[in-house]
Amino acid sequence: MNEERFASAVAGQVLAAAGARAALLQSITDVARAIFLAEAASIAVLEPGTRRFRFEAVAGQGSDRLLGLTFPFGEGIAGTVAQTGEAMVVDDLTKDPRFARDVAEESGYVPKAIMVAPLLGEEDTLGVLSVLDRGRSGRTTMQELELLDAFAAQAALAVQLGEGAERAAGLLRDSAEDDVGRIARLALQVDSLSGPRREAASRLLDALADLIAD
Amino acid sequence: MSGSPLAWSSLGSPSAKKLPMRWPQPVTRDWAWGGSTGRGVRVCIVDSGIEFGHPRVGPVDSAHVAVVDEDGEVSVDTDETGDVSGHGTACAGIVRSLAPDCALHSMRVLGPEATGTGKALLSGLEWAVEQGFDVINMSLSTRRRQFADVLRDLADRAYFQRSLLVCSAHNLAVESFPWRFASVVSVGSHDRDDELAFDYNARPPVEFFGRGIDVEVAWTGGGSTVVSGNSFATPQLAGIAALILAKHPGLTPFEVKTILYMTASNVKGAA
Repeated sequence: MNEERFASAVAGQVLAAAGARAALLQSITDVARAIFLAEAASIAVLEPGTRRFRFEAVAGQGSDRLLGLTFPFGEGIAGTVAQTGEAMVVDDLTKDPRFARDVAEESGYVPKAIMVAPLLGEEDTLGVLSVLDRGRSGRTTMQELELLDAFAAQAALAVQLGEGAERAAGLLRDSAEDDVGRIARLALQVDSLSGPRREAASRLLDALADLIAD
Repeated sequence: MSGSPLAWSSLGSPSAKKLPMRWPQPVTRDWAWGGSTGRGVRVCIVDSGIEFGHPRVGPVDSAHVAVVDEDGEVSVDTDETGDVSGHGTACAGIVRSLAPDCALHSMRVLGPEATGTGKALLSGLEWAVEQGFDVINMSLSTRRRQFADVLRDLADRAYFQRSLLVCSAHNLAVESFPWRFASVVSVGSHDRDDELAFDYNARPPVEFFGRGIDVEVAWTGGGSTVVSGNSFATPQLAGIAALILAKHPGLTPFEVKTILYMTASNVKGAA
């Protein structure tokens, strides 16, 4: 593969990866909710510079209201988990009127139980994974806590990959009028084609590469 | 099997570790803390604060907060807030349930004033070490490597001045501090319903497993709730350490840790 085609392929992949972050987080949230037989699950990510969490993926109860909402860092159970870095399960929230009021105002759904795990980045907590009212038949188990942490670890990887791709995509956007930006846009367009048009576009890229080759 | 383990796990089955016949006499739980109420021992909860006047916590001898300002400067002030989440009150209540006559102190490093960067944690711990508390409970950690060396120095200072640091570990193989340091007592969870059951782990870095599943704890609003997590296994070990230190004043952290090992539920002594 010559350098131009490689560059355009990389640019296309970067933009695609940046766009996949939301889908990946939603997928992890959906699977966590399904595995725990829960009423709801969510991933909230810390917004850089704002000291607030933003719901990036929500499944089940409250999903129509919560997505995109923000809440302050350092408050409540989610804030404490983010700051301690320790997963936590609270199984009787009905005795915490402050929690019930705060959550009800946001989602309209007040859970009886909540599991929260931190999304641990290389240096800082990136966000929190919450699972509300999981289906359970007895005591909490160590396996549940470990599984919760494992889902949170996946989500943390997704956020980190997404952030890396976002930064790279930002660089490409900033250079929109440069050749790299044009190649990125072309790569995306070529990537979306199929059949004869794709083959023709590919031949055109080859011809372009030949034309500008030494 | 190959690859890294998913989680730090308890050894599970009781092992047949043999104690020295006499050290300095047979070390049993009764010898270690029988009859002790924790009187005379000062325990500091470095956490989200402690709710004042909570019936399951009782008196709180002092409450302070580490505040990080916009310039990143940290100051320690008297704290009137209480508990911002319930986490610290839960930890304090667990210590109180085991050591009813110990003195409880609060150093709040969590909440809106903290930046989450570890600065508040660092300053709060430094303050607690300077105060010379007998036991310091830390159900929290930081992943910031830039703080690792300073935290290690603080943990060593605590160790050599006879302040026992008891710190929560992670369930997964995650590196954070200060629980990773050999000078502290690091704690994970087991799932048995017994407030005095704790295990020694012969495969560190996690050294002990405490009761961390379905623990009924004090919570904000003067009530209680049921929680799970290593955060709540940690104060169990802190509370038992307070009992040991009340009965045997002046023990070093090394000696307390050794007694915890000798009296662990999965360690069978010769006596």
